[in-house]
Amino acid sequence: MIAALIFVLSLVALLQFFVFYCRSMIATSRKQMLSLQARDVTGISEAAARGDEFDRILELVQLCPELRTDRNDIRAVHLYYGLLSFLRATVAQLLPDLNAWTERERGGCAYFAAVALDRRIAFSRNLMAEQMPENL
Amino acid sequence: MPGPYQYAIWVICSILELTVVVCALAKHSFRRYFLLNLYMAASLLADISRCWFLLHYGFTSQEYRFAYFYSDAVLTICLYLALLQLYSHVFDEMNAERYLRIGATLLLVGTTLFSYLVVHQSTDKMASPFVYEVSQNLYFVGMVLTYVLWGAVFKLRETRAQLIQLVLSLGVYFSAFAANYALQNLHHLHGLLSYVTPLTGIWLPAAWCYAFLRTPEDARLAPSQLALSRR
Repeated sequence: MIAALIFVLSLVALLQFFVFYCRSMIATSRKQMLSLQARDVTGISEAAARGDEFDRILELVQLCPELRTDRNDIRAVHLYYGLLSFLRATVAQLLPDLNAWTERERGGCAYFAAVALDRRIAFSRNLMAEQMPENL
Repeated sequence: MPGPYQYAIWVICSILELTVVVCALAKHSFRRYFLLNLYMAASLLADISRCWFLLHYGFTSQEYRFAYFYSDAVLTICLYLALLQLYSHVFDEMNAERYLRIGATLLLVGTTLFSYLVVHQSTDKMASPFVYEVSQNLYFVGMVLTYVLWGAVFKLRETRAQLIQLVLSLGVYFSAFAANYALQNLHHLHGLLSYVTPLTGIWLPAAWCYAFLRTPEDARLAPSQLALSRR
């Protein structure tokens, strides 16, 4: 009985902490300006991005050399995006307010992915710049 | 016996733990979050020593089992200390240092006594679900403490983004492990959860690595921004 209670309470807390954590990462990334190249590639001009762009940007992120340090965080935001998409496809159909909110949040996820892409582009450029003199 | 999956997770986890300490040193956050880094260094040491015991004595040996559970008890105490350091950061403007120190001592003594009593009277119970119950309770207490801390962050309008991320990631870690152990207690799903549990262990070093590496030290974030308002 106690184990069942702990299980339920922990699951509720886990969901809450996870959502807050993802929102904190998205909020921090919103303050970062995208480079010109990342803006060209993603088509995002301001901090506001469309939610359905997330998958496309994520595909671009996966094309770049992987950074071990951001892999798990991208996965966490991807999971959060999945939760939001599920909400949008089900409950949010009945509540217009919730629908608008989930779209804003999904846009935040897309911007987070764009910032990650920007970072990976910069990393690849540095890597190339380091290797160039060696080849010359 | 651990398979390639468990070994891979083991290696990734160790690399991430080392990365956290190195990142904290490089970003000059090591001293500020000393106990968090101590926990990461202790985790790395525990991983290495467990590996040594596994290779020398085997997975089913009593030595490996004791090394695993003793190191787990020490790590839990270190994690409680890390949590208390986060408390002291949140409450540092309230001059509550003295009360926190008393609380920390009581918590440490209590946890140590509890762990000692468990080990003292249960040498033959090391392999039984009893161990899972103890772990479940310890992680649940950690989760409740983190929840209280998160409440304080909200109430005191703490705005340091790095600190907020450290607290929230710790909350995810404690609640995931508490739920995991509770489920094992309920259904004894050791087979299935032997894949999930190591994966959960990656979360904390990965999240702390991100916090030290990607979140600028002076970045600010209003906790009210994170509340689930539909505005």
